[in-house]
Amino acid sequence: MTPGVATLRKDPASAAAESEAADVALAASGDARAFERLYRTHLARVHSLCRRMMDADQADDLTQDVFVRAWQKLGTFRGEAAFGTWLHRLAVNVILGRRKALALERGRQSSDPEALDDLTGPVETPGMTMDFEQAIGRLPDGAKQVFLLHDVAGYRHEEIATMLGIVVGTSKSQLHHARMALRRHLD
Amino acid sequence: MSDNWTARLSEYLDETLAPAERHALAAHLSGCAECTATLAELRRVVARAEALEDRPPRADLWPAIAKRIGAGQVVSLEPRRRRLSFTVPQLLAAGIALAVFSAGGAWLALHGRRPAGPVFVAGTAAPPVWLSAMKPNYDRTVTELEGALDEGRRSGRLDSTTVRVLERSLATIDTAIAQASRALAQDPGNLYLNHHLAETMRRKLDLLRQASGITQRT
Repeated sequence: MTPGVATLRKDPASAAAESEAADVALAASGDARAFERLYRTHLARVHSLCRRMMDADQADDLTQDVFVRAWQKLGTFRGEAAFGTWLHRLAVNVILGRRKALALERGRQSSDPEALDDLTGPVETPGMTMDFEQAIGRLPDGAKQVFLLHDVAGYRHEEIATMLGIVVGTSKSQLHHARMALRRHLD
Repeated sequence: MSDNWTARLSEYLDETLAPAERHALAAHLSGCAECTATLAELRRVVARAEALEDRPPRADLWPAIAKRIGAGQVVSLEPRRRRLSFTVPQLLAAGIALAVFSAGGAWLALHGRRPAGPVFVAGTAAPPVWLSAMKPNYDRTVTELEGALDEGRRSGRLDSTTVRVLERSLATIDTAIAQASRALAQDPGNLYLNHHLAETMRRKLDLLRQASGITQRT
């Protein structure tokens, strides 16, 4: 096997990343077809984030907002991180912005750890994945956001604290409360 | 089970405790079955969270997004997605045609005219910084692909005529890229040139990948 061919066969992810970089460049120059390819690649991750962070019935609308915002902001993408990482962070910002607007509108902010007691027993939907996801959905807002951002999305407490406007200690505390509550929904 | 220790189990799991606290909690765990069991459950919660599968929406959201970004004239890729397969002559002809088109497009842009073709340009201005961001990876991939092609030529898996035509085609594309780059240097904010250069670079990658794929299959 030749060195060049071996390299190509060993690293398909690199080729995919390169193709995506070209699509990002094309999209930044106004190519909507390239942007559609990016959309299709990242749709499931963005939509799942929206669905988990917000009510499911708002996920479609919010996902649209995320991609429209991404289209508008593509010119600011510097390639310092992977496009998917940049898009995810942008999605988080869009979601948190929506949550903030809704909270102001409704005049409520459910982040009371006592509300964790509401998570009693497995939910009724069959299938472990849905049980667990539904349990996440029933966490109080603060604990849910921290859990999703830390354990599902992989952000660090320092990043989460900045995103949510809380201190690191609160982020750690909320995460622990969420995990403790979710233990009952593992199976 | 100590509530004080239980409250620190997540930090222990995430390895964010200070060394002294970590050692103290580890010592506690060695003698506390309840905390050990709780820690195991927390570990399962984390693993479960990491294993959550992402699911796309039931309905395709692209038409609405396309409308909102002003791309209404662009036909969705979804209904006509298919795998393309080319013969070597088709591949090379396509490369040459693209290169000729590319060179012409750059010339037109340099001289202040816009092609009347289907190039879609809308929305944001494109800063030339995208080029410097993607160039290192692009150059590396091109080098790898060219290395694979070179090996195909040396090993005789590509005949000399095919290699000659391919090299000529690639040289023409390189000329088009160079022209577009020069034009962009004169007019960095030119949307058409940004698009044109990115598209030509992408097509070069596609051509090299197709050709190296033929080399590997031969």
